[in-house]
Amino acid sequence: MTAITDMPDVPRAARRPQIGNPVLRWLRTNLFSSIPNGILTVVLLAVLGKGGISFVQWGIANAVWLAPANDSSGCKAVRGLGACWAIIPEKYRFILFGTYPFDEQWRPALSVLLFIVLFYLSTRRAFWRRELAYLWIGALALISVLMWGGVFGLSFVSQDRWGGLPVTLILATFGLAFGFPLGILVALGRRSKLPAIRSLSVLYVELIRGVPLVSLLFMASVMFPLFMPSGFNIDKLLRAQIAIILFAGAYLAEVVRAGLQAVPRGQYEAADALGLSYWRKHRLVVLPQAIRHVIPPLVNTFIAFFKDTSLVLIIGIFDLLTTAKTAIIDPGWQQFSVEVYIFVAAIYFAFCFAMSRYSRSLEATSGR
Amino acid sequence: MTSDDPRPPPHLSFFATFGRNGLKGLFWQVLVVGVALAVIAFLWSNTVTNLSARRITTGFAFLGREAGMPIADSLLAYNPRDTYLWAFVVGIANTLRVAVIGIVLATILGTLIGISRLSANWLLSRLAAVYVEVLRDIPLLLQLLFWYVLMQALPAARAAWRPVEGVFLSNRGLILPAIPIGPPQLWVLGAAVLGLAAFYVIRQWLIGQQMRDGKPRPAWPFALGLIVVLPAAVSLRLGVSWAIEWPELRGFNFVGGLTLAPEYFALLIALVTYTSAFIAEIVRSGIQSVPRGQWDAASALGLRRSFMLRQIILPQALRVIVPPMTSQYLNLTKNSSLAVAIGYQDVVSVANTTLNQTGQAIEAIALIMAVFLTISLGISFFMNWYNARIALAER
Repeated sequence: MTAITDMPDVPRAARRPQIGNPVLRWLRTNLFSSIPNGILTVVLLAVLGKGGISFVQWGIANAVWLAPANDSSGCKAVRGLGACWAIIPEKYRFILFGTYPFDEQWRPALSVLLFIVLFYLSTRRAFWRRELAYLWIGALALISVLMWGGVFGLSFVSQDRWGGLPVTLILATFGLAFGFPLGILVALGRRSKLPAIRSLSVLYVELIRGVPLVSLLFMASVMFPLFMPSGFNIDKLLRAQIAIILFAGAYLAEVVRAGLQAVPRGQYEAADALGLSYWRKHRLVVLPQAIRHVIPPLVNTFIAFFKDTSLVLIIGIFDLLTTAKTAIIDPGWQQFSVEVYIFVAAIYFAFCFAMSRYSRSLEATSGR
Repeated sequence: MTSDDPRPPPHLSFFATFGRNGLKGLFWQVLVVGVALAVIAFLWSNTVTNLSARRITTGFAFLGREAGMPIADSLLAYNPRDTYLWAFVVGIANTLRVAVIGIVLATILGTLIGISRLSANWLLSRLAAVYVEVLRDIPLLLQLLFWYVLMQALPAARAAWRPVEGVFLSNRGLILPAIPIGPPQLWVLGAAVLGLAAFYVIRQWLIGQQMRDGKPRPAWPFALGLIVVLPAAVSLRLGVSWAIEWPELRGFNFVGGLTLAPEYFALLIALVTYTSAFIAEIVRSGIQSVPRGQWDAASALGLRRSFMLRQIILPQALRVIVPPMTSQYLNLTKNSSLAVAIGYQDVVSVANTTLNQTGQAIEAIALIMAVFLTISLGISFFMNWYNARIALAER
């Protein structure tokens, strides 16, 4: 076991005389502070060096970057020695947009761009105003027009041809957009004084959180048609979306509930003293404070959620991960799945890492 | 749940809520319950109509029929001619096998990485941070598929990797040397468990005695007798063999030893590495929550590092660590249902196959939910008990 010599947030060796070469001093305090530490550093460097060299050999030096269309012979020649990045330029349109009509793929591309702009604007504190909500509604409407088409001279594209990154973003965004208000209602219900409402909320949260998301998705894909009147059929994507909203609602409800508990009692009493009704009290006094308390855990729930949308692979919806998995069924390129997974992992990582950095910065400034 | 709840829901009877805002409250409750009941009735009547239209009989009678589904890798003996009920039991055993071993390994790995993040060694702490960031920000399902593809890309059995003598890694999975466990060995293990329980009781009694008169009483003779000598005696008496079985390659496959099938191995690696990243963060924040003065005070007493960590820091850190750890254990168990994506037959996969073969969707999903709710409740119950045990006794 490694020795915990110091807490990282406490400046170590602060009182030692600052003499000698700063580089050497840094090395001594951070890498060679004691004999076991020195040995550990050397071992780690050796392992890192060996791993790094073999990765560079596989991923860069021996890799094939480009290949003529539909020709994987160049990749097969270096199989086992080097990576075949050529599969990415070959398949990226399918991975990103699935079976969306090839000539129309600028539409999902533009939708993805719109989503990213929306996410970015929503993280700026300066934009946290009522107008942002209108912007969201407008942008989501625009995205629906772009994806479906059928108006303004855009050809109609039915939902079962959608795929890839836009589907992942749609599932995640709508899941949160509807799951969040649902979560707030359930959190309020769980703290209500009315026993029937309280028990219903508790039942909902515990039932959904107690089972795996996979089983909810199965339920959406297999059981939902049984629940509906015959002849009434909803698209598979929408069914999965409903399952995801219900799932998000239960998790977000618990986060919001924690926030509600953190609002001091005096705030409730003050609101009551002003004679505010239940809803006005919560809308004007309690919820704004409660949500401010839990913004970092909310962002963490969003991250977990964004990743969990990939589970729709199991019921055969073409999200980003499913298109990646489908892309490598092609017999010519079958052996190069690792490269495709790394590419898709990088996309997911970019989104989640950005959110996690943002959550970190919020935590740092939340005291203000 | 929390003590700082500004508005604890009053535990009044249903009719007592008729007080000040009684009628309004009653109205809302009747409305919400009414809507919920209406929705349920609507879904129920649709379902009944649909089921009769499709000629699906409801009920659990199908559990007695022959399953006819193959289960490749199972802990319990199974063949396709067994009933659906037994197939479910085998699936549950497979889920538990992955969950229990996964929880143990993820806790060990996560603790090591969490401690590494606090290391004074800059390189080690950076590496641990990168590990955590990367694993947390990539979907588990993607990681699972990745590991599974890597397992399949391993060399064939004939050219298996041998990192250590007796250990083989090939596209047939990981093969380890093992001691075959049969009824005689189980008797010895049973004796050991019994001895351990007896020792625990005796030790409590000895501590009680010492509390009374202050005289220390050694516990080790009892430990030696109950935990070492007793099982050894049983083992000798029964003549149990503890020979290790070494796997070897015969023909196209391995014989002997313990085989971890590629599906199981990939699932285990994915669950353990993914969960360990979350556990590492919990452990790190737990250790950081111990006030610095505690470290200084322990150093001032001249305690050894290991003693300090074990007796002073960890007990305080555990209070912060245990509650979030419970949710990680629950997550790992629920995430094991992703097995369905790579064809490891856990309970979800068995239920899914059953559903496709028999059309008994409602029953199959009800079974999945019942199993996971039971496991979740079990884990929370145990962890809450443990949490209550280590909680700070405040006056």
